[in-house]
Amino acid sequence: MAEREQIRKPAPAKKDAEEIDEAPATSEKGEKIKAELDDLLDEIDDVLETNAEEFVRSYVQKGGE
Amino acid sequence: MAITKICGIETEYGIVIRGVDESNPIAASSMLINAYLHETRKVEPAAAPDVGWDFEDESPGNDARGGPSPGAMAPEVETHLVNAVLTNGARYYVDHAHPELSTPECADARSVVVFDRAAEQILIESMDAAKRALPDGQEIVVYKNNSDGKGNSYGCHENYLMDRQLPFGRIVSHVTPHFITRQIFTGAGKVGSEAGGLNHVDVPFQLTQRADFFEEEVGLETTLKRPIVNTRDEPHCDATKYRRLHVIVGDANLSEVATFLKVGTTCIVLAMIEDDALPRDFIFNAPVWALRRVSYDLSLRAPLELVDGSTVTALEVQWELFDRARKYADSYGLECVGEAVGAEVLARWESVLTALETDPMSLADQLDWVAKYRLIEGYRDRHDLEWDDARLAAMDLQYHDLRPERSLFARLGMERITDDTEVMAARTEPPTDTRAYFRGKCLQRWADDIVAANWDSLVFDIGREPLRRVPMMEPSRGTEAHVGTLLADCTTAAELLDRLGS
Repeated sequence: MAEREQIRKPAPAKKDAEEIDEAPATSEKGEKIKAELDDLLDEIDDVLETNAEEFVRSYVQKGGE
Repeated sequence: MAITKICGIETEYGIVIRGVDESNPIAASSMLINAYLHETRKVEPAAAPDVGWDFEDESPGNDARGGPSPGAMAPEVETHLVNAVLTNGARYYVDHAHPELSTPECADARSVVVFDRAAEQILIESMDAAKRALPDGQEIVVYKNNSDGKGNSYGCHENYLMDRQLPFGRIVSHVTPHFITRQIFTGAGKVGSEAGGLNHVDVPFQLTQRADFFEEEVGLETTLKRPIVNTRDEPHCDATKYRRLHVIVGDANLSEVATFLKVGTTCIVLAMIEDDALPRDFIFNAPVWALRRVSYDLSLRAPLELVDGSTVTALEVQWELFDRARKYADSYGLECVGEAVGAEVLARWESVLTALETDPMSLADQLDWVAKYRLIEGYRDRHDLEWDDARLAAMDLQYHDLRPERSLFARLGMERITDDTEVMAARTEPPTDTRAYFRGKCLQRWADDIVAANWDSLVFDIGREPLRRVPMMEPSRGTEAHVGTLLADCTTAAELLDRLGS
């Protein structure tokens, strides 16, 4: 967890013009989506499955149709 | 003229039982559905009629290319598992080892989106009901996806009403290019590949859940050697006039825009095939390969080889289909797919293709694969992960988790084309503009007098012998406009049967 704290980027405040220029998405809409994504990534660890490896391993379905 | 494109979606959901050592997905699926029916009956008895499914007309072994197919593995009809018909005209049942919900017959793509969302809501309520019925610490969780990431797939099938007179071969040759290339907006996205021989470097992320599982161009099977065009010939209506095109190649979508486009564009393409308005055939050299190539290509620019030696990209094929569709709308009108909805489909089709061409990531609030890719790629970048990291595979699965508090999709705030009021109503109220109206309304009012129901009939038992089967062989009849007054005038099922003529 400590490692993750270090890597985690600070929560984005208002984007300034320079940051917008660097962003790969070009449109205004793309920028809005990017800002929302950053916010989401800031909070997502709270909802993600706690043991990803075990969760993925145990998700086994029978074929259907 | 093209016939009205009555359509619907059947979705098999992934299912997990948490808090137990060993689980049986068939028992869990039954438990899930029964818990929903039981709880709904307590609150609102008329909304969950105790009426079984009638298997009289089930014949999934019939092949559109002519008669039953002796060599093919036709699916067996499972008659012993829970199988309910709902007052919105839907069927809610256990299929193989999954809970499955088939929407009622809908008259247009927008209506399909409403009833598909209503289906999700029914699954959410089912999970809640099951949780209350299970011991503490146990929970049934449902996923709206198509793969477990280990090579096991389950389907989201679309159905479209077609004119029986149209030779099946013509449908196959014209609809195959659409199925191969529509993936650029219908894909639900997937981390990695399950096709075998491909690792996370070859395919870190692909557009669709399903492309890995297709091995044939045309065929009857749905569970192995899956074909791009499925030939199941089981129209569930007047077989001399209609066929039901059973489409198994699509992904289950959470995005409303993706479902709308998936069904809407396909309705228009099928109408154009019926009216012979598609002069150019894109005949792919290797359709199965092309299907996967499109799914694995996030640039959307991969050249796909045609039999004449030339190449096209998925975007080019979609642009040509769109241009044809716009001309078709000008000369034929779009009544067969709903005028207003058809116009919405065209507008959205154009805007999405334009965005895919110029800035695909701008569709992160509209298309599933883009939304999922942006989210997972953003997480990967932030934590410096490889594409084979289990955390990314877990996020992929969790995108499809239907629990509102766990669903990653639900956190993305994707564009809606429905509203909550109509979705909540569609849990129990049928569409007004197909025969599902007659089925749903009869079940709401006279469930005690109905012993069985299926797509094309209701069987009444009003105490007289013998049982009365009311056939519904015309999917466009039995609408509110057609039978609304009749139903309102009848107090009892016996009166209805008398009025219908004995």
